[in-house]
Amino acid sequence: MPPAGGETKPAAPAAPPAAAPPKPAAAVPPKAPAAGPPKEAPPKPEPLDNELVKRYRSRFGNAIREAWLDRKQAILVVDRGQLVEIAKYSRDEEKFDMLTDLTAVDWPKREKRFDIILNLYSFVKNERLRLKVHAGENEPVPSVTGVWGVANWLEREAFDMFGIHFEGHPNLTRILLPEEWQGHPLRKDYDILTQDTAWVRENLGIESGQ
Amino acid sequence: MADTRTTSFPNVETTVLGADEIVINMGPQHPSTHGVLRVKLKLDGEKVVNSECVIGYLHRGVEKIAEHRSYQQFAPYVDRMDYVAAVSNGLGYCEAVEKLLGAEAPPRARVIRTILTELQRIASHLLWLGTHALDIGALTPLFYCFREREEILKIFEKYCGARLTTHAFRIGGLQYEAYDELEKDVERFCKDFEHKIAEYEDLLTQNRIWLGRTKGIGVLTAQQAIDLGVTGPVLRASGVKWDIRKAMPYAAYDQYKFEIPTGRNGDTYDRYLVRVEEMRQSRLICLQAIQNIPAGPIMARIGKVLKPPVGEVYHSIEAPKGELGYYIVSDATIQPYRVRIRPPSFVNLQAFDTMVRGHLVADVVAIIGTIDIVLGEVDR
Repeated sequence: MPPAGGETKPAAPAAPPAAAPPKPAAAVPPKAPAAGPPKEAPPKPEPLDNELVKRYRSRFGNAIREAWLDRKQAILVVDRGQLVEIAKYSRDEEKFDMLTDLTAVDWPKREKRFDIILNLYSFVKNERLRLKVHAGENEPVPSVTGVWGVANWLEREAFDMFGIHFEGHPNLTRILLPEEWQGHPLRKDYDILTQDTAWVRENLGIESGQ
Repeated sequence: MADTRTTSFPNVETTVLGADEIVINMGPQHPSTHGVLRVKLKLDGEKVVNSECVIGYLHRGVEKIAEHRSYQQFAPYVDRMDYVAAVSNGLGYCEAVEKLLGAEAPPRARVIRTILTELQRIASHLLWLGTHALDIGALTPLFYCFREREEILKIFEKYCGARLTTHAFRIGGLQYEAYDELEKDVERFCKDFEHKIAEYEDLLTQNRIWLGRTKGIGVLTAQQAIDLGVTGPVLRASGVKWDIRKAMPYAAYDQYKFEIPTGRNGDTYDRYLVRVEEMRQSRLICLQAIQNIPAGPIMARIGKVLKPPVGEVYHSIEAPKGELGYYIVSDATIQPYRVRIRPPSFVNLQAFDTMVRGHLVADVVAIIGTIDIVLGEVDR
């Protein structure tokens, strides 16, 4: 009803000045725990120091920053700069010959917001190993396409979804979203209802894709 | 060593065309691309020089949706990825969350899960066989395969009311107890199915046209397959004897005897043989499993509100198409912080370019079929 719409209009500006200052303070904190920022860095359930980690440490020293075991799965946090050397060593010496998966996790409140995750598998040992690399918003991550061919599409997907730049990738373009799309949907600051409205209007001829 | 690996995927459009070369588009609306896959082919006459897959037409942002649903609420969504193998998707997701929680489904639930998942593998392979043969020009197997697939879908319908997107399992076990006739139905199906597989093989295995269209087509060596992260029947047809059901058993697979079929040449024909043999093995697993379904509860005591402890887990299963992995990060709230799905179809499709080079346009259809992709899973 038009009168109702007209009535709320004067009321609306009146409300925000009163409610606006307390609102961010009141509304954000309850939301923040749900989104997870307080649990920024997951606690390391069990530090890992087995033979495998020792070999990595003796070879790469401080480039192996942390090692832990989570749900009985081995995780190594490694230096971003040496990722390719460590990947090559993992493939050739430690026989982790298959890169099962490469993905990322966004922790926006952290200084280096992205975790890049490489899940490796060794046919010989029947073992998995997870390599983790931290990267800030605009820091490029060395591409491992030269080590495992499978990384090509997986890195393109991570670029598409998170906007992580992989240095040395032969063809770093979007893979699932349209080439002209703005924004990277799996970032935590990209709301679930957000979309590139301009793209949707122009290409689909509708106001909203929802 | 590094030189032999296939790592370059030149963009079709940006490469310079020779005098006799043209670029053609195949799909996204093409019946043999099994959904909305678009392939750009650079051709020299009838020969494919290289190719590029354009995907994403079915992208729904499943991983983003997961971050805004509770663990239980997200379970039905995974059915919509590989929608011809919904039961397998559900098994992988439920087991991954169980691992994250530190819980385990009771033995009875695990056995029933195994039976349904193996039936689903047969159904998925049947759909693949029917459509793959149809693509190549053999019309009859389609009707045969759909006839048997229908029997499996009837069992699913009796069990949980749904045929395709079943949501058959729950985190912690099962919601529904097996219906009274389940063992009988599965046994009847398995008894019949033995002869049915023989029928398909009569139609195809020695068929000269089939041999001509599949032998030596789309060869992938074991080294290329591993480099490209290919898993499932495609990897096994290249001669790598690796199956997650054996390598890292889950559900109740450690209790049953079965073989892992492998191929030798890594061509389209070997992939056909491997999948047919896998149907036989799945049938054997079902027959063993129904002999002894343990009694007991079907649901673990995990509570109604799931807040897994902070941490992360990667769990993968051998889905009909390859390794289906779930990487889940928990921040101890009721919603997952991040769910990464490692889809077998997406990764296997990347090998398409390697397989298709040098072949004829008609073989492109055979090679798309032999990878066995489902675009719902490629695009998620």
